[in-house]
Amino acid sequence: MMISSIVRTALVSLRRDRGALALSFILPVVFFSIFAVIFGGRRDSTPKIKVIVVDEDHSRASQRLVQGLKLEGALLVKVRPEPVKGAEQAEYSAATAETAVKQGTAPVALIVPRGFGENPIAFGPADANRPTIQLLEDSSDMIAPQMIAGLLQKVAMTSMPDLMAEQGSKYFDQFAGGLTPEQRGRLNDGIRYLRERQDSGAASSDSGNGGGIVAVTARAVVGENKNNPMVSFYAAAIGVMFLLFTASGAAGALLDEAESGTLDRVLSSRVTMTSLMLGKLTYNSLLAFAQLLVMFLWGWAVFKLDFWSHIPGFIVMGVCTAVAVAAFGLLLASICSTRAQLGALSTLIILVMSSIGGSMFPRFLMPESMQKAGLFTINAWAIDGFTKVFWRDEPISHLWPQVLVLVCIAIALFAIARRVARRWEYV
Amino acid sequence: MVGSLRGECQVSSPASALPNSSSPLRIAALVKRFGQVAAVDGITLELRKGECLGLLGPNGAGKSTLIRSIVGRVIPDAGTISIFGAPADSMAARNTLGWIPQELALYPRLTCRENLQSFGRYHGMGGAALEQAVERCLGWATLTDRAGELVKNLSGGMKRRLNMAAGLIHQPKLVLMDEPTVGVDPQSRNNIFEMIEKLHAEGMSLIYTTHYMEEAERLCDRVAIVDHGKVIALGTNAELVQNAFGSRSQVLARFAGTDDRVAAWVKERGGHTVEGSAQFTIEHPTEIAGLLEASAKAGFELVDVSLRKPNLESVFLHLTGRELRD
Repeated sequence: MMISSIVRTALVSLRRDRGALALSFILPVVFFSIFAVIFGGRRDSTPKIKVIVVDEDHSRASQRLVQGLKLEGALLVKVRPEPVKGAEQAEYSAATAETAVKQGTAPVALIVPRGFGENPIAFGPADANRPTIQLLEDSSDMIAPQMIAGLLQKVAMTSMPDLMAEQGSKYFDQFAGGLTPEQRGRLNDGIRYLRERQDSGAASSDSGNGGGIVAVTARAVVGENKNNPMVSFYAAAIGVMFLLFTASGAAGALLDEAESGTLDRVLSSRVTMTSLMLGKLTYNSLLAFAQLLVMFLWGWAVFKLDFWSHIPGFIVMGVCTAVAVAAFGLLLASICSTRAQLGALSTLIILVMSSIGGSMFPRFLMPESMQKAGLFTINAWAIDGFTKVFWRDEPISHLWPQVLVLVCIAIALFAIARRVARRWEYV
Repeated sequence: MVGSLRGECQVSSPASALPNSSSPLRIAALVKRFGQVAAVDGITLELRKGECLGLLGPNGAGKSTLIRSIVGRVIPDAGTISIFGAPADSMAARNTLGWIPQELALYPRLTCRENLQSFGRYHGMGGAALEQAVERCLGWATLTDRAGELVKNLSGGMKRRLNMAAGLIHQPKLVLMDEPTVGVDPQSRNNIFEMIEKLHAEGMSLIYTTHYMEEAERLCDRVAIVDHGKVIALGTNAELVQNAFGSRSQVLARFAGTDDRVAAWVKERGGHTVEGSAQFTIEHPTEIAGLLEASAKAGFELVDVSLRKPNLESVFLHLTGRELRD
C-alpha cells in the first residue's frame, strides 16, 4: 500500500515535469536515432570516402586503374575540383592535390606517377627504381587512408587482369625458362581477350582480393609532425560541448535572479535589460574562453598539444566560439521559466547538437546528410575552425568562414534572447 | 542601536541632482488591466514630503501592481505617475526612488558588503562615495560586524535588514517598502521598525505596504486602503476609524460551546463571529447590558465580554469584508 502510494506520487510528479519526461523518453530515442544513422549505414546516405586521384602517367594501365577506382562503390573519386560558378576546373596536379588534402577537401589523394604504366604491377620484394603510387593522407582520418590503400590493391587486381597475365608470363620466362611458341601464342590470345574485355567495360570490379601488387608509398601531408594527432580535435570537440553546458548553466543565473526578485531590483536601478544582458553575455563569454584555455593548456601539458605556436588562431577561434556559446546559453535561459526547465532543455539540445556537430564522433566519418545537418550546430563550426588552426596549420585568414558563421550565430541568438527577455522587462 | 543614514557623511548622490520642489509621488487616474481584470482601476494618490503612507489591502487588491507601476516595472494602461516631478521609469525617477521588494532580492553568494557595492554600482555610484554609502548602510542595518559574511549564511532577520539597506544604497528621497517584516522574529521586527522610524525622522518620504495593521498604526502618518484596484479609504488612523465607525465601539463576547445556534443568534443581532468570538458594533456602552440580557434569555452561557474602541484592523475588515480573497 505504502509502496504503491509512493509510486503513484512519483508518477504524478513525473507527468507534470515536462523536462524530466523529455529527458527520460525523448532524449534516448533521439540519441539512438542519431547514432543509428551514423553507424547503421542507411542506404541512401552511406558514407563514401572522397579520394583525389592525379594521373600523371596517362597510360593505359593508369587510366584503367583510375577507372577501376571510380567504379568502387565505397569511393568518391575526384580528378578535378568542384566547378566554380559553373566553370570546369583544371585536373588536380600533385601539388594542388596535396594542398587540397591539407585544406581538408579530401582525406586522401593518390598520385599515379609518370612511368607507372611501364611496369604497373609486381610480385615479390619492392623495387626501389619502380615508380610507386603516392598516397597523401590526412592522418586525422584514421580509417580512409588504410581503406583506400587496400582498395587500391584490389582495383589493381580486378581492373588490369591482362597486365597481371602479362606480368605472370614475364616471371615465367625469367624463372621457368619460357614458353614454347605455341604456348606463347595462346597466352597472347588470352591476354588480348582480357584486354578487349576490359576495354569494353565488361569486367566488373567487385571480385578478387589481393595486396601489395601495386607499389604504394603513403605520406601524411597533414599532421605529419603532430605529437598526438587527435588531441587537438578532441580538445575542441569535447571543449565546445562542455562550453555549451556551462554557458547554459551560467545563463541560468538570469532565471535565479528573476525568481528571487533580484532582476526586478536591478532593472529598477540605472541598469537596462539590454545592458544587463550584454553584461551577462560578456561574463559568460569570458567564462567560456577561460574554459577553452584551460582545456588546451591541459592538452599541451599532458598530451603534448602544440599550443604555443597557435596562439593567434586559438584566440580568434576561442573568442568567436565563446561568444556564440554564451549567446546560445542566454537564449535558452530566456525562453525557459525555471532552472529545472532549462536543465532539461539544455541537456536535450546540447547532446543532440554535440552528436551531430561532431563533438562525440568526427563529422567526416558521418553520412553526408548528417554532415550537412551538423552545419546547423555551433559545434561543427567551432571544431572545424580549431582543426584548421591546430591540425592543418592554416593561416588565420582561412578562418573567415568559421568566424563569420559563429559571429552571425552569436548576433542572431543574442538578438532573439533580448527579444524574448522582454517578458521580464515590463508587464 | 540603529545607525543614521544621513548626517554622518554627506556624499553626492544621483538623487541630489533632482529638483526638490515637486511632491515625492503623484499618481493620477492610474489604470492597469490584465485581460478583463482591472488590477488598478483609476487610483489617484499623492504622497506628501517626509510622510510615511501606509498602503493596505487584501491579497489581490492591486497593491503589488500599484507598487510595480511606481518603480517602473509595469506599464500602466492609463494615468500618470510622477516622482519628484519626473515620470516613473525615467532615469531621474530611478535615481531618486528606493525600492525594498518583499522578496530577498540579494545575491546569496556575495557578502553583505559586496551586495551593497553591486547595487550601488548599478545606480552609477563608485569610488569613495560608494564605500561611504556602503558603510553607512551597513551601520543603519546593524550589519557592520557581518559585512564580510556571505548572504546565504545570514539569519532571516539579517537578510531582511540587508534587503532594506540595498534599497537605500543610492540615498533615495522616496522609499517604497513592500512588506519588509515578512517572516522575521519579533526582535528583528522591532529592529526594523526602529530603522524605519529613523528614516522617517530624517525626513525620508516613505510608502509602506503591510498586512500587519499594528505596523501601519505604529509607522504610518496616513493609510490608504486599496481594494479591487481602487483606494477605498485614505486618511490618518483616527480619521479612518472616525469615518468608518464614528463614535461606535465594539463588543467582543465569548460564549460556552460553539454550536451553530450561537452563530445564528450573533448574526441575527447584527454581529459576526471571528475566531469563536462574537463581535457587535454599538453606539453607546450601555447597549452591552441589552446584549448580555438577550444572550442569557437565549440560553447561552457567557464566558468573557469586553468593550473596545475600533482600530485600523476593524476599519480594514469593515471596508474590505471578511471573505477569503485567495
